[in-house]
Amino acid sequence: MTRELDVKIKRGGDDGGYENFRVPQRENQTVLDVVTWIQREADPTLTYRFACRVGVCGSCAMTVNGRPRWTCRTHVSKVAGDGRLVIEPLENMPVIKDLATDMTGFFEKWQAARGRFEAAISRDDPLVPILPDSPERRAADAAIECINCAVCYSACDVVSWDQDYLGPAALNRAWAALNDVRDGDRAGLLRAVSGDAGCGNCHSHQSCAEHCPVEINPTRSIAGLKRASLVALLKGER
Amino acid sequence: MIRPSRNHPGFWAFLLHRLSGLALVLFLPAHFLVLGSAINASAFDAAIAWTDRPLVKFGEWGIVVLLALHMTGGIRLLALEFLPWSEGQKARIAIGIGAALLFGAALALGLV
Repeated sequence: MTRELDVKIKRGGDDGGYENFRVPQRENQTVLDVVTWIQREADPTLTYRFACRVGVCGSCAMTVNGRPRWTCRTHVSKVAGDGRLVIEPLENMPVIKDLATDMTGFFEKWQAARGRFEAAISRDDPLVPILPDSPERRAADAAIECINCAVCYSACDVVSWDQDYLGPAALNRAWAALNDVRDGDRAGLLRAVSGDAGCGNCHSHQSCAEHCPVEINPTRSIAGLKRASLVALLKGER
Repeated sequence: MIRPSRNHPGFWAFLLHRLSGLALVLFLPAHFLVLGSAINASAFDAAIAWTDRPLVKFGEWGIVVLLALHMTGGIRLLALEFLPWSEGQKARIAIGIGAALLFGAALALGLV
């Protein structure tokens, strides 16, 4: 007889309830496989978001047994030893339906933190040489592999206290941009990240770093922004 | 029950820092009130006599331990924010708490 998982899924919107499903357990099964099985075999109205299924696109993050995780790379055997799964949408974002959250505010904060690149030169100028082992390149490297999954944003206590706070992902991106020597608006970037909603709000709980699926450490990036914005303030640059 | 997403050393260190800070905030007005009573010698003597009770002595020890925990936590945060990043943050949390508790034990044994 196949063993079954006891799966509890949050349904509806913010005021929704939980629904139980029995899902056949497989030897090699991710949490995303479980959600997909429920939608295909048990209830086609279940709403969730995914795309690549291999940990690149960052769209399938959900709260699994109380922790934010990328579900496509989370094996059931690792997180549900007792065969029980509670799957909820990410925190700190409004729920559209079931497991899908509205990530608009999350991405707007990337813009607010000046996440986009501001070119200092045009395409007609010669390329700027960047040495792979320069301190700036190494700092940017450590922050650059973010997949925009919002796991850190969901785990952040400061975001849950202050919905205006830019959050770990956007500030981590700003730190990568600050260490891009080709970026032409350092002062503007520091202004963007050091306002009322900026890096100074971080309490360094390090939940973002604890849960980041690609092992980025946004707390480290935000600490770097705090130092950079303080130095800029003392020098009168912002 | 703590939320599973918060169950890691960084959050526990934050909680300890916040709760010890709040306890010190509650203690300080009482502390200043007693000091302020020194204007009247007999009132001050009465307050000092009150603090000789074993339970109050134990409370004073607890406050000093909380102060030590808050101080090592504060130094850790200042180092985290102002010094180049170290990957040993969890070790630092453990060292800070360990040092504060060692100090508390030394205080209880009359070594400091």
